[in-house]
Amino acid sequence: MQQPGRAAEIKANGIGKSFGSFRALDNLTLDIGRGEFLTLLGPSGSGKTTFLMILAGFVQPTEGRLFSDGTDITDRPAEQRAAGMVFQGYALFPHMSVEQNIAFPLKVRKKSAAEIKKRVGEMIERVGLVGHEKKLPAQLSGGQQQRVALARALVFEPGVLLLDEPFSALDKSLRGQMQAEMKRLHQETGTTFVFVTHDQSEALALSSRVAIFNHGKLLQVGAPDEVYDRPANRFVAEFLGEINMLPLKGVRRADNGATGLCEDRAVSLRGNPGSVGGNAILAIRPEYMSIAGEASAGENGVAATATNSTYLGAATRLDLTTRQGAKVTVSVPNEVAAAALSKGNSVWLTWPAEKGFLLPDGGQ
Amino acid sequence: MRSSLSDRTGAALLMAPLLLFLVLAYAWPFLGVVKWSFTLPTPGLGQYDALLTDDLVQSVFVRTLRIAAIVTIVSVAAAYAITLIWVRGTPAQRLIAEFCILVPFWISVLTRAFGWVALLSNRGLINTWLQAIGFISEPLTLVRNEFGVIVGMTHFLIPFAVFPLASAMRSLDDRVLLAARGLGSSRMRTFWSVFVPMTRSGIIGSALIVFVFSLGFFVTPAILGGGRSVMVAELIYLRIFQSPDWGLGAAISVVLVLFVGALMALLFRYIRPKQLV
Repeated sequence: MQQPGRAAEIKANGIGKSFGSFRALDNLTLDIGRGEFLTLLGPSGSGKTTFLMILAGFVQPTEGRLFSDGTDITDRPAEQRAAGMVFQGYALFPHMSVEQNIAFPLKVRKKSAAEIKKRVGEMIERVGLVGHEKKLPAQLSGGQQQRVALARALVFEPGVLLLDEPFSALDKSLRGQMQAEMKRLHQETGTTFVFVTHDQSEALALSSRVAIFNHGKLLQVGAPDEVYDRPANRFVAEFLGEINMLPLKGVRRADNGATGLCEDRAVSLRGNPGSVGGNAILAIRPEYMSIAGEASAGENGVAATATNSTYLGAATRLDLTTRQGAKVTVSVPNEVAAAALSKGNSVWLTWPAEKGFLLPDGGQ
Repeated sequence: MRSSLSDRTGAALLMAPLLLFLVLAYAWPFLGVVKWSFTLPTPGLGQYDALLTDDLVQSVFVRTLRIAAIVTIVSVAAAYAITLIWVRGTPAQRLIAEFCILVPFWISVLTRAFGWVALLSNRGLINTWLQAIGFISEPLTLVRNEFGVIVGMTHFLIPFAVFPLASAMRSLDDRVLLAARGLGSSRMRTFWSVFVPMTRSGIIGSALIVFVFSLGFFVTPAILGGGRSVMVAELIYLRIFQSPDWGLGAAISVVLVLFVGALMALLFRYIRPKQLV
């Protein structure tokens, strides 16, 4: 994280952190690539923020080593690591103007006055704060404060930018705007971004890879479509979005996938089924399921009864119950929903073979 | 956060006895003092004229301001260090700091002044010890002069300087300090360019409280100054009780009250009253 202007490559090797008897982070091993946009995603208390603080140097891990560009930085204090950091609530210096806030990291690096002026000016332009240079943080809107925080963290060209839930205080429309802005800054600077959030849609929209945490453990790391379509376990599957789960019996390996019995009807899956055999849970995202009057031969399907509908405007959300009592939710066009409701108990839910995946039966 | 009419009336009723007492015991008699300043010994502005020309009165005012300024600087600096430990130290350090801040409130100002005499006088503990270890051969003059007054007043006022500082330090967002370090600032630099400026309102409040208190000090300078470092309050006492010069004493009082009033107005422009406790 020490070479300015060059994205850092970070390796976390067996990082663990205990606060007394509380295990905040357990045996975390993770490589963060040069110039990557990695999101740490998880519920509160999952260990994602602890890991970010360890990366920044504000928290010392109880075990494990941390490497930046091959150098062991585990024992290096925060001020010498100088990762750019954007805090929840921005943490701007309230007694300094916008300009002085952004100049601060350059001043502590003893840059010349001319260089500071030039780089602060460029940064103010880049984040769209021209005209606000002399204002104090208290005189700015939430979105503007956010921009100052980003500018201050990027102005000294850190190897990595750490962001701790930076958008949690912004309203929804502003949040979308800032997300786009951050994506642009990531592309322009080429710096490694490590971003913490508990918002799964934000994580999927922004990142090149997502790392999902729960109870101090890293559960899965992968590209957004990878973790969404092929979650490693039930927690990841449920945390990333709505999911329908159907019990599957007699699961066995088949040509490029697996087959099994779903409520006495043979269904098939594509892709690596993992450790197959016996009972499992078949998981399908609601948007991949459709409603049909009858499932054709060889098509994946299950019969169900619509129990409830919620009008969402563009679509209708239907709650259904299968013959054996599994609950399923789908989002379908409004007229399809109306037809399904009028038919009473005889609709079929179908889905393409490549959209189903297996989760271990019971628990995680 | 409701503030209905009945709430306000209730608050006014609760404050009424105190306000009535303050008016009867302070404001009303003070009006009498103001009257004296214009009427004794002869009606007119003669006493205020004397204030501007009397060398003794002027030297006392200058000394009072000088002592108050020095006491303010030393007290606020010392209180800043103590408050830092009290607010941000380890639990054990906090306990010790709290003890040091609160204990002085239980000992009367008179007792403390005589305590300092016992420590600082020519045959006091400090001079005796310094001579015993051979550090000095003649006793140092530590008391019955301005030095003694400053020591005694500073000691008395440090605890009062602590509270506005503590309030400012407690309301400070720790993440801002982390941010400074994360941006590459050393602990020292973070302290001076982030922590101290962010506690500015506390420093101003603390300094004004100490300064205002210092201006009216009577017992401490009377005992530790030994008549050689007379401050304004003692001068008023001398004019009224020893030389029958009530008009001049009254005029000095009026000037002092106006000056303190102006400082208090300044104080409340910078900080809200609740930050002082």
